[in-house]
Amino acid sequence: MDLSLSTRTVGDRTVVEVGGEIDVYTAPKLREQLVELVNDGSYHLVVDMEGVDFLDSTGLGVLVGGLKRVRAHEGSLRLVCNQERILKIFRITGLTKVFPIHTSVQEAVSATD
Amino acid sequence: MATVELRFSALPEHVRTARLVAAAVARRAGVDEAVLDEVRLAVGEACTRAVGLHRSNGVDMPVRVVLTEEEKKFSIEVGDEVPETPSGPGARAGDEASGHPAPGASGESGSEEGEDEGTMGLAVISGLVDDVEVVSGPGGGVIRMSWPTTPTVELP
Repeated sequence: MDLSLSTRTVGDRTVVEVGGEIDVYTAPKLREQLVELVNDGSYHLVVDMEGVDFLDSTGLGVLVGGLKRVRAHEGSLRLVCNQERILKIFRITGLTKVFPIHTSVQEAVSATD
Repeated sequence: MATVELRFSALPEHVRTARLVAAAVARRAGVDEAVLDEVRLAVGEACTRAVGLHRSNGVDMPVRVVLTEEEKKFSIEVGDEVPETPSGPGARAGDEASGHPAPGASGESGSEEGEDEGTMGLAVISGLVDDVEVVSGPGGGVIRMSWPTTPTVELP
């Protein structure tokens, strides 16, 4: 399965809906998307991972890279994920402490620090 | 003897194939359904690492994956053909152990993401798999992993 990406704006947030598998082959597409958004001035991102079937460390690397980029502009990168198999990877790597992880897009777009 | 052996060109698009094959063989071998996600992820990480090493060191040989069904366990070996250099372990260009991924290893020269990916790959494997061994020698490196299997009851 390939990676699907779509973006929409909700208030001052940009929601990136990701579907499919994020791995060494598809992660560059996600990286390009995040880089493009930041370059275009979207600094508050919500990455909706509910449609993601597979995520590996390459994908984690891209998300960390995205976080670094938005933080350089005092922005934010929030994740939406309820899938245990995906959450497990964030826990193993300690990244649950790095990313705010929400249970719904609605919760993520209205969240403040 | 290996149950299934797979060799693939060191290209990112083939890592998914390796994951699918490993999960299918693991299932047949009697690895618990709940653990198959871990097998899939760990094999993917090991293959991603091997592909990265081959590419950053300009090695044309294929990455090899050996899946073996044993009496009470299922084991996987993912081998790369990047030899350990005389200057010691971690000197292989792009190997995360060196902390200095080769430029372009992740397709983006000097990207900080490249480093993050490299270090996280082995972190994920060691977090997922209880029985794991990473060795490198003059012939290349190998990641060995195994999972217990539950014997299946043969129906008449």
